Amino acid sequence: MIDLTAYLLLGTVLFGIGVYGVLSKRNAVGVLMSVELMLNAVNINFIAVNKFVASSQVIGQLFAIFIIVVAAAEVAVGLALILAIFRQKKSVDLNDFNLLKW
Amino acid sequence: MMETSVQYAWIIAILPFIAFALIGLFLHRWPRLSAALSILAIGIAFLISLLVSLAVFSSEGNLVYEAAARWLSMPGLQVDMGILVDGLTAVMLIVVTTVALLVQIYSLGYMHGDPGFASYYAYQSFFAGSMLGLVLANNFGQIFVFWELVGLASYLLIGFWFGRNSAKEAAKKAFITNRVGDFGFLLSILFLQILFGTLNFNGLAGEIAGYTNTGILIGIAILMLAGPVGKSAQFPLHVWLPDAMEGPTPVSALIHAATMVAAGVYLIARAYFIFSSTPQALLAIAVIGGFTALFAATIAIVQNDIKRILAYSTLSQLGYMVMAMGVGAMTAGMFHLMTHAFFKSLLFLGAGSVIHALHDEQDIWKMGRLAGKMPVTTWTFVIGALALSGIPPLSGFWSKDEILLGAYASGHIGLYILGTIVAFLTAFYMFRLIFVAFFGSGEGGLKAHESPAVMSVPLVILAVMAIIAGFVGSPLMNNVFAHWVSYPGAVHHNPSLGIMAVSSLVAVAGIILAWAVYQKKMVDVAAVKTRFNGLYQLLYHKYYIDEIYQWLIDHLIDGTAKVLFWFDVYVINGLVNGIAALTGMAGQVLRYTENGQVQTYAMYMFAGIIVIIGLVMMAGFAIVL
Amino acid sequence: MNLSDLVFIVTALITVTAAVGVVGFKNIVHSALSLVLSFLGVAALYFQLQAGFLGLVQILVYAGAVSVLIIFAIMLVMDKDPDESNRSHAKQKYWGGLIALLVTLGLGAAIGSTIWPQSSGSLPEDSVGALATLLLGDYVVAFEVAALLLLVAVVGAIILAKGAGEHD
Repeated sequence: MIDLTAYLLLGTVLFGIGVYGVLSKRNAVGVLMSVELMLNAVNINFIAVNKFVASSQVIGQLFAIFIIVVAAAEVAVGLALILAIFRQKKSVDLNDFNLLKW
Repeated sequence: MMETSVQYAWIIAILPFIAFALIGLFLHRWPRLSAALSILAIGIAFLISLLVSLAVFSSEGNLVYEAAARWLSMPGLQVDMGILVDGLTAVMLIVVTTVALLVQIYSLGYMHGDPGFASYYAYQSFFAGSMLGLVLANNFGQIFVFWELVGLASYLLIGFWFGRNSAKEAAKKAFITNRVGDFGFLLSILFLQILFGTLNFNGLAGEIAGYTNTGILIGIAILMLAGPVGKSAQFPLHVWLPDAMEGPTPVSALIHAATMVAAGVYLIARAYFIFSSTPQALLAIAVIGGFTALFAATIAIVQNDIKRILAYSTLSQLGYMVMAMGVGAMTAGMFHLMTHAFFKSLLFLGAGSVIHALHDEQDIWKMGRLAGKMPVTTWTFVIGALALSGIPPLSGFWSKDEILLGAYASGHIGLYILGTIVAFLTAFYMFRLIFVAFFGSGEGGLKAHESPAVMSVPLVILAVMAIIAGFVGSPLMNNVFAHWVSYPGAVHHNPSLGIMAVSSLVAVAGIILAWAVYQKKMVDVAAVKTRFNGLYQLLYHKYYIDEIYQWLIDHLIDGTAKVLFWFDVYVINGLVNGIAALTGMAGQVLRYTENGQVQTYAMYMFAGIIVIIGLVMMAGFAIVL
Repeated sequence: MNLSDLVFIVTALITVTAAVGVVGFKNIVHSALSLVLSFLGVAALYFQLQAGFLGLVQILVYAGAVSVLIIFAIMLVMDKDPDESNRSHAKQKYWGGLIALLVTLGLGAAIGSTIWPQSSGSLPEDSVGALATLLLGDYVVAFEVAALLLLVAVVGAIILAKGAGEHD
């Protein structure tokens, strides 16, 4: 009974929650964490499809590994950026970062 | 030799243009050389014209030669450049080349010492080439091109002394008034091209003969008549001709008496195959012509400037020619064109001789006693005036008589009476001029001297032509002119002794009245002037037509211009500026979406993704792997 | 309903709840710990999908390194009251919620209406070996580039965090 559609829908729900976090959090680190959620959701999709649809080779899992690699790198650099900004503005509240306002 | 010369007729028109180009480009620094080249060109053109005309005349007018080369070929439009030589062409060739040659020789004396001597001859050649091109044309497109070119030549020559403001204004007036007429002419040409697909005279003659929609033909005819109304200075587009007297007197003789203003009459003759099917248009032009004749004659009797008198006389005679065309006497109209060319140019050149001798005095009341000092000028002038008045057996008598005969015999009695009255007035004002200027008691003539031979010999030659040119259209030579120039369906009227007698008597009466009033002083002119002052002012100010036109221009044309200017500034500029303002306003509103918050932008992005998902779903994108 | 289905449902519930916690908690530290839990839940899902190696990698990298990194960063940038450090925008969160809902529904509808083909074979038992064969065989370029990417990220992060202009 639990088949591909269930896994995919689970991934979709996680993705939706992540989107909500990205759009509504004021803390920059909070936004980054929500991005991680979205990436995890995508990983679930890849691996589920690998198992149920194209299971001769483990290409889905391979792709998921690469996503994990990129996500890790992105978190590192993103947090470094946040640290740098914090040093300047003494705040990580996204409401304060509107220098490109009209 | 004569027959083959017809094939070279196109050279007649090319030679003066070559002279113009050479003088304009290279020779203008040597005035006498320029004059010599110009006279040489027109002289050779004259000789070839003689050969061609003799070839045509000796065949009793049956020789018709046409040759053309394709100039423009597009789907649905073929335009040729070509020449057409028949009796009508031959007559015009003789007239134009003779008068042009004599005028150019005369100008050697008249324009002597003028700083623009070389340019003058360049323009004279240009005009001669254009006029000859007009006469030789075999299709309406070509005739229109040369029509405009002669208009340009007229502009250049009227405004020749461009330092004078009155000359500049007169040149502009001539050109613009002509353009008004040319507009109608051009429209008619376009209609002909659209309806019949060809502009060739012979081709069109064939097509129109079988064309049944007379309403459209009448429309085309009336539009086409606008051209002659402008070019031949008929009412209401006559206003430019008196002002054109600002140009040098030889120019007035050539262009505004003998040739260019006759181009309108020539056009009517050439296009007669259209008009003979539209009697309503013919009636219209007959009335216009008759009216112009009377109108101009009444103005002429009170003018004091010798050239103005002659200018209004030209207007009046042109009215005669146009009226002749209108009553169906096309042959008579062309005959009068020919005789008028000779005696009117004679009169103008004679006037030029007087003006030149008196150092640019043009008021006849300041002349007087010229007969003693300038005999050749005086007596050739008298011959010209007699011819103009229609005294037999001079040329003017025969041609004017043919016109009156045509009017009477075709039933237009009103126009016949009008023509007779104008004949009386013509004799009167011409001899008023002669008695005051040549035989009068003024002192102006005492310091005059006869003109040099280069000016008086052309006068003599023209006087001879004025005497004998009429015989070709007279019963004495069996009216051989009618064999040369006629149209299919022309009605030949037998000469009427009654009409001849009446016109001669009327002319003599005019002369006697002028003699009585101005020579014998039997009537106190000043008292008459005061008593009829209103009428006098009306006539002297040319019926205030110029003032009316000026008022119309100021109010209608400038008013319309002001309206359109308002439209341009407020509506069109408003639209353009409005679009710019709209973009600016849109920018002002849309910039609020740039709030600097990255999450807002992310929201816009996800909203877009939702739209894309929706579109893909709606397109039924069920992916089957 | 057999055991594996039950396990899936429980794991799924835990993961989703943890995810909600990530975006829900006002305290950012609570939020981070919730994130760790969600990572672990996802790892459990990987094991159920017979991607054993990947589950271990998930635990090692995500729940291990990335989470620690995040918590370090949180500590470094926390300057005010920790209980209020992860608030949402006052008005924007409703719009965000609406859009997230629409995205979820849209994608869900797309997934539901797709006819997924069934696979005939089964995954290889030795996932590590299979992965290694692919990684160092057909996809070696991507492998090398990923390594390079990690190097660049490390260097970049160090420079950014340290601040420029200190070596003049």
